[in-house]
Amino acid sequence: MTRINELFQQELKIINMGLESFNENLKKQNIKTVRVDWKPPAKGNEKIISLLDKLK
Amino acid sequence: MVQEKIEAANKKVMEIILNGQPTLLDIGVAEEVIPQMTKKTILHAGPPIKWEDMSGPLRGAIIGALIYEGLANNEKEAVELASSRDITYDPCHHHNAVGPMAGVVSSSMPVWILQNKTYGNYSYCTLNEGLGKVLRYGAYSDEVIKRLKWMENLLAPLLKEALKLHGPINLKIMIVQALQMGDEGHNRNRAGTSLLIRELVPFLIQTRFDNKDKVEVLQFINNNDHFFLNLTMPACKSTMDAAKNVEFSTIITTMARNGTEFGIRVSGLGDRWFTGPAGIVDGLLFPGYTAKDANPDIGDSVIAETAGIGGFAMAAAPAIVQFVGGTAKDAVNFTLKMYEITAAENNVYKIPALDFRGTPTGIDIRKVVETGILPSINTGIAHKDPGIGQVGAGLVKPPMSCFEDALQAFVEDLETKNLI
Repeated sequence: MTRINELFQQELKIINMGLESFNENLKKQNIKTVRVDWKPPAKGNEKIISLLDKLK
Repeated sequence: MVQEKIEAANKKVMEIILNGQPTLLDIGVAEEVIPQMTKKTILHAGPPIKWEDMSGPLRGAIIGALIYEGLANNEKEAVELASSRDITYDPCHHHNAVGPMAGVVSSSMPVWILQNKTYGNYSYCTLNEGLGKVLRYGAYSDEVIKRLKWMENLLAPLLKEALKLHGPINLKIMIVQALQMGDEGHNRNRAGTSLLIRELVPFLIQTRFDNKDKVEVLQFINNNDHFFLNLTMPACKSTMDAAKNVEFSTIITTMARNGTEFGIRVSGLGDRWFTGPAGIVDGLLFPGYTAKDANPDIGDSVIAETAGIGGFAMAAAPAIVQFVGGTAKDAVNFTLKMYEITAAENNVYKIPALDFRGTPTGIDIRKVVETGILPSINTGIAHKDPGIGQVGAGLVKPPMSCFEDALQAFVEDLETKNLI
């Protein structure tokens, strides 16, 4: 048995980051998850990220 | 290197904000005490705006103020005068003042006089008229004007005399107590109003006024849970004004709305406003009104959130959700989220439900832009048409563009100085 299959034989501790729909799908299957409300800096706006970088 | 300069400047700004001692001194007449106030000056909430761009409630409040001042006899005359060049419009914020909702201040209006005892600067605000059909929500019927005259001729003189007998009142201590009694200092002021009455009554009864007048004044204050709002606002204003113009600071010193635009000012960028369209308030409307009746966000009362109370202290005021909507858990979450965009935890404004954690204080434009988290603001909802008044209360967020524009200006300022 490969290690990845071993992983799925045990109870998983799942942390969801980013897209919330992934979390919703797991919740519908009654799987316990912890959701991290994470977004990329400045919602990925490159112009704003470059402004922020100039201040670092 | 530039980051160190910013951090040092922000540390200094936060010390100034946290060390502020807003103190109620007196009541005066706007024209006599507010700097550069004249008989034909009308102060308003939010960033600068011209008559033609003003929304209904701001226009309504100006119409009412011109009638109240005797500069116009009716609505028609008031509109003609208001749209002429004879009236000077200027933000309250340009005169050390703040005003809730329309925020209209005219020359004869009585105003609270506060001083930040640590730094010596003053602030001013009108007295609160109550809820419903009131000038600050754009109503200007006879009952509104009559109430304003009563406030000028009885409420203000009586409170002025009581205050003289009492002496200065440390409002910071009172706000600290109010937060521990279920207020957040913006949309819930029941505890603060009660504390103020308790403090003033022993002196109010010693004034030379008739018992009938004293009872009338006490009943007016008792019937208006928001009476204390017009003291928390100038208390926050005097606190934040002391922190203006600190070079390299990215902390916001002003947020305000005029019903058309939302504006911010940043300590390190002086008196420049950065504005964007005012949002629509998400909340509970009074029976008979729908979302179509609501005016966009209006008022200087968001100075509360700027100073670390109001929406930022929602966790202290679970009962407020009955007024603005949502659940008690939402109230806690609103506060928790604001720690992500602020520079410090308040040293005296504490939240019992969070094990007396200090409120999130000092909004950093860098954090707002980087996290995408906008300040949560508690506010009232005015009807979009002049003459009607308040139609509800709720929560609103500012436009992200103000913060992005301020950040860009901040970077450009540093580039001009060859620092980056």
